[in-house]
Amino acid sequence: MEARFKILRTPPDPKEKPTYVDYTVTAEPTDRVLDALLEIKGTIDGTLTLRKSCAHGVCGSDGMRINGANRLACKVLLKNLAQPIVIEPMKGFRVIKDLVVDMDGFFAKYRAVRPYLVNDEPPPPAERTQSEADRARFEDTTKCILCGCCTTACPSFWSDPDFAGPASIVQAHRFIFDSRDRAAEERLDILNGKEGVWRCRTIFNCTDACPRGIEVTRAIGEVKRKQLYRKI
Amino acid sequence: MTEPSDIRAGRPIPTGSSFELFAWFFMRVSGVLLLLLALGHLAVMHLINSIHTIDYDFVAERWSGDWGMFWRSYDWLLLSLALLHGSNGLRTILDDFIRPGGWRTFWMSVLYSATFIFLAVGSIIVFTFSPL
Ligand code: SF4
Ligand code: SF4
Ligand code: FES
Repeated sequence: MEARFKILRTPPDPKEKPTYVDYTVTAEPTDRVLDALLEIKGTIDGTLTLRKSCAHGVCGSDGMRINGANRLACKVLLKNLAQPIVIEPMKGFRVIKDLVVDMDGFFAKYRAVRPYLVNDEPPPPAERTQSEADRARFEDTTKCILCGCCTTACPSFWSDPDFAGPASIVQAHRFIFDSRDRAAEERLDILNGKEGVWRCRTIFNCTDACPRGIEVTRAIGEVKRKQLYRKI
Repeated sequence: MTEPSDIRAGRPIPTGSSFELFAWFFMRVSGVLLLLLALGHLAVMHLINSIHTIDYDFVAERWSGDWGMFWRSYDWLLLSLALLHGSNGLRTILDDFIRPGGWRTFWMSVLYSATFIFLAVGSIIVFTFSPL
């Protein structure tokens, strides 16, 4: 089949305007968007710039807007898309070039919620055990691959780049509800401010965008409720 | 951790007061109360009585007598919850749609002043009213 693309190309020089460029490649209907983009880069225009690594939906590096929705290019089949396929960088981050965005702030917020197990109690002889039920409590949020699709689909984040964003709240949720962890209070404090969970207006864009199927808005709701119960 | 310098990247998450938590909670609680109060108001004013018979005397009578204080409190609660619920909603909207700066400060000031004035005038009338 012929796959027609309209790709938003942003030059690295901020003084030059971004433009949509058309490309057409031959591909199998079962090829993924990433395959076609690499075909374009390899055979038509080597200057097309994008991030990718695993090509299997695991590393989270090729999040982009595909026909207006945030998706991983390696997880979307061409046959499921209306043509021309419009490709744009994720919205809300500064664009470095073409589809590559600046995620420094995103990862700074990720680090700010202390996304690792905190427990100062002396370790038991073997391991810190956990019941199946306790483990299931945060199963959903362990699946996050930090692709940024949720945060850059969030209107609250578009209007306020200081908003912590759904991804960092998902990461905090992963540890706040872990029975072995002891830093829940600290993380809740971090997310209690104006730019924390309260900036979320329950729009559900994040849940729709997450390529891992995480119920992002539900996780945020659980963190909100936890904030409430500990203060009231 | 390096501080992002670019405005689009945002600064690290600041920690702060619980004001937003209480505002969020207030919206839920006042929403439920307003629903009940408004239904009560609707029943009394439009179903039990009719808007054709409601006039100055009706209200004046309702606000005096044994049940006077009850109805005054009822009406004051309806007024203040609706005002605060509405103005907090507007505050959220201004927060979302106007970037920090002069215009946001201007509109927030207008909003807070209007809320305060309406609340003050309404409260004075509800509690100091005496029938002619
Ligand atoms: S539910 Fe909250 S975090 Fe998710 S997109 Fe909406 S406002 Fe953003
Ligand atoms: S929650 Fe989903 S969309 Fe958000 S960063 Fe994690 S994997 Fe990506
Ligand atoms: S390339 Fe790794 S998630 Fe798509």
